[in-house]
Amino acid sequence: MTEIAELVSIAFAAAIVSNPVLTWFLGICPFLGVSRRLDTAFGMGAAVTFVVTVAATLTFLVQRWVLAPAGLEVLQYVAFILVIAATVQLVELWIRRFQPDLHEAFGAFLPLITSNCMILGTCLLIWLRGHDTLPRAVVYAAASGVGFTLALVLMAGLREELEEADVPGPFQGAPITLIVAGILALAFMGFAGMGRA
Amino acid sequence: MSGTPKEPAPEGSAPILPEPSALDAATSPHLAVGTAGIGTAMRDVLVGLAPAAVMAVVLFGGRAAVHLAVAVAAAVATEALACRLRRRPTTVGDGSAALTGLLLALSLPVSLSPGATALGAVVAVGLGKAVFGGLGQNPFNPAMVGRAFLAACFPVAMTTWVEPAGLDGWSGATPLVAGDGGPVATAWQLLGGRVPGSLGETSGIALVAGGAFVLFRRAGDWRPTAGMLGAIAGIAALEAFIRGSAARGVVAHLGSGGALLGAFFIVTDPVTSPLARSGRWVFGALVGGIVMAIRLGGSYPEGVMYAVLLANAVVPLIDRLTAPRPLGGPMAPPSIVPAAALAVAPPGPPAETAP
Repeated sequence: MTEIAELVSIAFAAAIVSNPVLTWFLGICPFLGVSRRLDTAFGMGAAVTFVVTVAATLTFLVQRWVLAPAGLEVLQYVAFILVIAATVQLVELWIRRFQPDLHEAFGAFLPLITSNCMILGTCLLIWLRGHDTLPRAVVYAAASGVGFTLALVLMAGLREELEEADVPGPFQGAPITLIVAGILALAFMGFAGMGRA
Repeated sequence: MSGTPKEPAPEGSAPILPEPSALDAATSPHLAVGTAGIGTAMRDVLVGLAPAAVMAVVLFGGRAAVHLAVAVAAAVATEALACRLRRRPTTVGDGSAALTGLLLALSLPVSLSPGATALGAVVAVGLGKAVFGGLGQNPFNPAMVGRAFLAACFPVAMTTWVEPAGLDGWSGATPLVAGDGGPVATAWQLLGGRVPGSLGETSGIALVAGGAFVLFRRAGDWRPTAGMLGAIAGIAALEAFIRGSAARGVVAHLGSGGALLGAFFIVTDPVTSPLARSGRWVFGALVGGIVMAIRLGGSYPEGVMYAVLLANAVVPLIDRLTAPRPLGGPMAPPSIVPAAALAVAPPGPPAETAP
C-alpha cells in the first residue's frame, strides 16, 4: 500500500510539480513547434508518452544489467542515446508492420522524437532522482510523458485563442509564444513542494 | 479584473479598435452592463475596490497610499506608452489600466519597496496585456502576471507580512502560515482586517461589501465567485472533518489570504474567464481547488495568484468543452481532442518515406 502511495506521489510530481517542459525546460522544440493546433499537440504528446515509457524501461535495464555491473556508468549518455535512437526506429518498424492505424496517427512524429531531449532527459533523471526500482522508473517516465502532453495541450489551446488576438507586429509568432510559455512556467511554480519532488 | 469581454463591445469601446464595424457588436453580456460599455463596468469595479483601498490605508498607514498611487500611475503610464508605440488612440480612459494597477497594489505586502511595485505594474500592463494586443485579448489576468513576476524576482520581500498597525508594526506570519496548528485569527479579526497580509486582502468586510456591489451591478459574473468560494469552503469543510481541531476551518480559509479579493475581483474578470456560464462555474471551482491544494499541500502559504494563472491557461479548453449548443443545433459532443485527432495522419512526411 505504501508502495502504491509512493508511485502515485511520483506520478503527480513528474506530471505536474516537476513538469518536464514547464519546470525543467526539456522538450522545448516540440513544445514551441507542434503546439499550434490542439489535435497535433495531443498526437505528439501521446507519441512521446509512448516512446518515453518504452525507452525508459530499456535504458533502466541497460543501466542495471549492463553498465553498472561492468563499471561503465561513464558511458551512460552514449549508451542511452544509442538505445533511444534504436528503440524509436524499431518501434516505428514494428508499428508500421503490425499496427497500421497507430502508425497513421504517430507516423510523422516518431522520427522527430528521436531527437527530443525530453526523452533522454527523463531516462537520465530517473537515476539522478533515485527512482531505482523498475516500477518507479516506468511510472516516472509515463507520468513525465503525461506532463509533457499536458503542457503541449495547454499551450495549443492558448495559441489557438491567440490567433484571434490583435498581437502587435513585433510580438507575433515566436515572441508571444515564448511570453506565454514564460507566464505558464511562472504559474507552475505554484505547485512547488507538493508530492515527492 | 482588468478587462472586457473577448468580443469588442458595442458602445464606449471605440478606442480599442481603429475602425469598429457593425460586425464588432457583441451580444448579451454587455446589454446587462448598465447603459454603456467598458468604461462603466470598469468604474463599477473601481468603486467596488474603494472600500478595500480605504481599509488598506487605514490599516497600513500612509505607505499603503504610496503603493496604490505608484502602481496606478505606473500602470496608466505603461498603457499610454503602449498605445503611443502602436500609434493608436489611447485607451487609458476606459479605466482598465488603472484597475490593473489598483488590483496589483492591493495584492502586495506593504513592506515591499515602491520601486518594485512600479516594476510590477509595468510588467502587468506591458507583458500581461499590451503584448497580446491590449484590452480584451490577454489570456492571463494582467495584475496576477505582474504579481507572479514580482514573486519570482523578490521572493523574500513578497512574503514578508507586517502587522497592520502602520509602519510601527512588527512582522509576523499570515494566518495561513501561523495557522498550521489551528486557527490563530478569530472571525472578527479576519472581517475587520487586523491580521497581517497584503494591502487589500485583510479586511473581509470591505471586500465582501465592495464585491457585492460589483456583482449587483453585474460588472462581474457571480458564477466564478460562487464556484471558487464553494470549492474552498467544501475542501476546508472536508479538511476540518478529517483533521478535526488541527484544521483551520471553513471561516479561516474563506476569510484569510487572498481568497476574497480573488473571488470577488480577480476570477470575475470577463476577459480571462470562460465565455459560457457552465464554464465559469468550472473555472471558479478549479481556482478554488488549486488554491486549497497549494495551501494544504504546497510549500507556499497562499496560492490564489498561481491558481488564477493556471486556471487562465485552461480557459481555452474549458471554452471548448462548454460551448453552448444552439437551440435545435447539432448534437456534436464537445471534446478537447476531436474524435478525428488520432485517426487523421498529422501533417508531415508520409509513412512510406520513414526509414
